[in-house]
Amino acid sequence: MTQASLGDSVVQKEVHAQQQNNGVAANITHTQPLWLLAEVTYRCPLHCAFCYNPTDYDKHTQNELSTEQWIQALRDARKMGAIQLGISGGEPLLRDDIEDIVIEAKKLGYYSNLITSGVGLTEKRIQAFKEGGLDHIQLSMHDITEEINNFITNTRTFELKKKVAAMIKNHGYPMVLNVVIHRYNIGHIKEILEMAEALGADYVELANTQYYGWSLVNRSQLMPLKEQIDEAERITNEFRQKVGNKMKIFFVVPDYFGNRPKKCMNGWGEVFMIVTANGDVLPCHSARVLPGIEFPNVREKGLEWAWKDSPAFNKYRGDDWMKEPCRSCPEKENDLGGCRCQAFLLSGDAESADPVCSLSPNHHLIEQAIEESKNPQIQAQPIIFRTDKNSKKYASGESNERVEAFHALP
Amino acid sequence: MENNIQPTDIYALAFHHRFQWEEAQNSYVILFPEGMVKLHGGAGEVIKRLDGKATVADVVADLKATFPDAQEIEKDIIGMFELAVSKAWLRKVN
Ligand code: SF4
Ligand code: SF4
Repeated sequence: MTQASLGDSVVQKEVHAQQQNNGVAANITHTQPLWLLAEVTYRCPLHCAFCYNPTDYDKHTQNELSTEQWIQALRDARKMGAIQLGISGGEPLLRDDIEDIVIEAKKLGYYSNLITSGVGLTEKRIQAFKEGGLDHIQLSMHDITEEINNFITNTRTFELKKKVAAMIKNHGYPMVLNVVIHRYNIGHIKEILEMAEALGADYVELANTQYYGWSLVNRSQLMPLKEQIDEAERITNEFRQKVGNKMKIFFVVPDYFGNRPKKCMNGWGEVFMIVTANGDVLPCHSARVLPGIEFPNVREKGLEWAWKDSPAFNKYRGDDWMKEPCRSCPEKENDLGGCRCQAFLLSGDAESADPVCSLSPNHHLIEQAIEESKNPQIQAQPIIFRTDKNSKKYASGESNERVEAFHALP
Repeated sequence: MENNIQPTDIYALAFHHRFQWEEAQNSYVILFPEGMVKLHGGAGEVIKRLDGKATVADVVADLKATFPDAQEIEKDIIGMFELAVSKAWLRKVN
């Protein structure tokens, strides 16, 4: 799945919107795991070049949590205030107990969201989800052309996605489309938005690739030019004017081309809690790349301990851990120093400013990556697709192709 | 966008939105795809009364009766409608 699937950017927008209003609505509390993301499996029939899942995900495909364990996790998180539930993966539909998870989520009062590639969604299953009380389905789309869709996912899924979109609409679900943007589809933004409108989408997330997991390995192959991003944003704004409130479009700006980092996950251990297929509890998708941190697992002490007391969740809460230039930076509340994983992967120092920041002593690493992505020789290297075979190679250490430059396996 | 709230207007929660009491937040919330808004007491009281039949005037009258001591409550209620409509949390039924 894509990182933006989780909607952190969207949450931030809502938070900001509330700060600006006249005090009718309050801010979202920042002490509870309001969002629970259940990455129920890392298995996936697609092989997306930009997948943010860990490159060694194959390690975690044999020891998935059972239905009972998921239900327990849902109950425990709800007690702690979780209210938005994302069911994600991998492809969650590869599990046959999503129906049971949905029913329990409804019983507990979650607003539940299935994040899917559409593969495996049948009439029978969607009916069961509807009856079970699933609130919405977010479908990933890739391009208007069959060629690019099939290329970037390394599968023939183009026709299927259109069929699934219609199915979602027919069952009265809001249509939420997530489109990851990269070099291969950034020139088609207008057509993509037109397709979304024709499909009757209510929400469209144009999520520029963020470089984690497989997308970091394929960074030079995926990164568009700054000019292309500006143009895409311009087209998006134009389209927004045209469609108005009927279709909400979120354009998630890529951090590599900004001067300031994103407030990653809205703050470490502030609102998001992720439970992975094997039960690890993480404050962000790629946290396992960080050195010297033992992440809690639901099989051990449970979710409440994980969120409140585990050393891992407390490690980067607040700003005590910061170094200069962040520590004395007047802007630190805006971004909390950015992403810890990005800082470590690129610079080898998890406590340093996110290199995306122009004030970071490591900012040259980002500039270098942008330059590399323009180098025809590097561009010409083939994409390494997210396949079990490639993952096994990374997990076993048999391959370190295009990951040597990073300080952990992405 | 101008939202002219008329006393005879009828509003309901927008499609795919859910309104519920959240014990952990000690407040009402509106939930929708990828988002949540926590409502202050007053706002929650307004939305709670939208059943697809009540007019804006009905809501104002009911709230005035429930909270007789509140000052200038009407202005606040209309302000709440304006905000909720501009954020697309509500849809106009009539
Ligand atoms: S391979 Fe594609 S569909 Fe599968 S989890 Fe990764 S991004 Fe999602
Ligand atoms: S120096 Fe640190 S805190 Fe300041 S803007 Fe950059 S990343 Fe954020």
